[in-house]
Amino acid sequence: MADTLAPSSSPAMGGSHGGGSPGDDPHAAEGTKRDFLKLVAGSFAAVGVGAVVWPFIASMNPAKDVLALASTDVQLDHIAEGQAVTVMWRGKPVFVRHRTGAEIQEAEGVPLSDLRDPQTDDARVHRRPWLVVVGVCTHLGCVPLGQKSTDPRGEFGGWFCPCHGSHYDTSGRIRRGPAPLNLAVPDYEFTSDTQIRIG
Amino acid sequence: MASGLHESSFTNPVVRWIDQRMPVFTMMQKEYGTFPTPRNFNYFWNFGALAMINLMIMIATGIFLAMNYTAHTSLAFDSVERIMRDVNYGWLIRYVHMNGASMFFIVVLVHVWRGMYYGSYKAPRELLWILGVVIFLLMMATAFMGYVLPWGQMSFWGATVITNLFSAIPLVGDSIVTLLWGGFSVDNPTLNRFFSLHYLLPFVIAGVVFLHVAALHITGSNNPLGIEPKGPQDTLPFHPYYTIKDSVGIVVYLIVFAFLVFFTPNYLGHPDNYIPANPLSTPAHIVPEWYFLPFYAILRAVPNKLGGVLMMFGSIAILFVLPWLDRSPVRSMRFRPIARWLFLLWTVNFFVLMYCGGMPAEEPYVTVSRFATAYYFGYFLVILPLLAKIERPLPLPESIARPVLRGGGPLPGAATAQPMEKA
Repeated sequence: MADTLAPSSSPAMGGSHGGGSPGDDPHAAEGTKRDFLKLVAGSFAAVGVGAVVWPFIASMNPAKDVLALASTDVQLDHIAEGQAVTVMWRGKPVFVRHRTGAEIQEAEGVPLSDLRDPQTDDARVHRRPWLVVVGVCTHLGCVPLGQKSTDPRGEFGGWFCPCHGSHYDTSGRIRRGPAPLNLAVPDYEFTSDTQIRIG
Repeated sequence: MASGLHESSFTNPVVRWIDQRMPVFTMMQKEYGTFPTPRNFNYFWNFGALAMINLMIMIATGIFLAMNYTAHTSLAFDSVERIMRDVNYGWLIRYVHMNGASMFFIVVLVHVWRGMYYGSYKAPRELLWILGVVIFLLMMATAFMGYVLPWGQMSFWGATVITNLFSAIPLVGDSIVTLLWGGFSVDNPTLNRFFSLHYLLPFVIAGVVFLHVAALHITGSNNPLGIEPKGPQDTLPFHPYYTIKDSVGIVVYLIVFAFLVFFTPNYLGHPDNYIPANPLSTPAHIVPEWYFLPFYAILRAVPNKLGGVLMMFGSIAILFVLPWLDRSPVRSMRFRPIARWLFLLWTVNFFVLMYCGGMPAEEPYVTVSRFATAYYFGYFLVILPLLAKIERPLPLPESIARPVLRGGGPLPGAATAQPMEKA
């Protein structure tokens, strides 16, 4: 088999994609039929590959049962003043805090110029005294401490993230440490005076 | 050129830089570009490439299924139903994987049939053939374990029956079965290890496929005439001639595949497998997947436990020694007037076994299975050795080019195709 023609043709075929190169072709200037065929076949193949890859990638997105769990109801009437509860929403903790008057006052009293991610307390709550924030540190995703009265709450009385030392205030805003943003406020609404639906 | 660098013929600077240090482009060019391939392939020679594509489809869909599957007896069935109902395009990925197994066996059975009809197993391709039989065995093991994973009734009872085959082994049989199960029945440990192995074996198959192709590229391909190419006039470069011919086959294959997936996705399956596994109740009529039916028929044809198991494994194992059972120097059945018909009869017989394997174990299927089993083995053990001595083959053509060109000139087609290729 070694004496067949094929190996001798390898330099000619190497480099090119097996077809003719336009430079040798008299019709090259206006493009040949073969150029057209290659373009059409190539485009068609690209569409085909895209159509095949799409379902595979899409299958990695949240499934219907995951999306079905994307809202959480929370009863507020049993949360006493000064108390906070942690609920699970989309696999993450959400902090619901019944703030004291002093805490609210403190949160409102901070000048915006002191804040890294300036936001008024008003913009972060729907109804006083309730503060609802996603309990995930905006630095690298740890859960900050401060839900229990015995937890360290950092220098601003809100939350303190033990991983890298971020301090949040009583409005969940970042005040010191490496985190860039305030604790996120999830989409939520009051479905009654004593109940909220997150998500 | 610096010493130690491979001499590359590629001009693209990036390709060339890589190729000089790791000549994969040169290798691909040699093995899939200019590789001299007999010019007279028919469409049966598509099926090796189709099998390769099929393996890739199975691995791709399998990896994505594994992302959503749970290998636990109490969760497996529901996790598969979740894939079907909740996971985006999960139904598509699972149906492709499910029907892909059937397509894989169709493609591989045709590929094996091609090898048997055109004598591709004969010297110098014996090892190539043996590696192919190894792939076939690995495929069967993989398919069997994959069928267990959804943990339906057929999964469970199929697993029970097949693992119990090993209990036929004298003395150590029961210990082996306990070892396979990891317990005293098919249960969670069995499911866990089957999942692990089902994920592993396709990559083992891919490795053996690599060896299969490596061996093929030493001996070169057989062809419908079964005679060796005698020179350049008998061969064509693999690309573009056979890349394009394989592409035509791939399109037809994908049409059939798509028809199964989109129109009759459960046609080749068994409805009982949509009933969750119940270790307390065996379905009235249990059958394996269709591709195991011929071998299942052989198992049931023998009225002795050990004998049946040995015959069933023997029906595959005999393929390993086929190159030495068939001593006729003529490869292609085209030139073997007697063997040709007896092999076609063997093919029909294979389908008879397949039919009987799907029927209940009662008359007349048992008797028919016995005759069919006898012919299955008789063809290998009696007919082929005998024909090698008594059959008078038809005269072989002088070269591949001659019959293809119907007596045409000595150096047309292939030789002129090369300069055109450059133009």
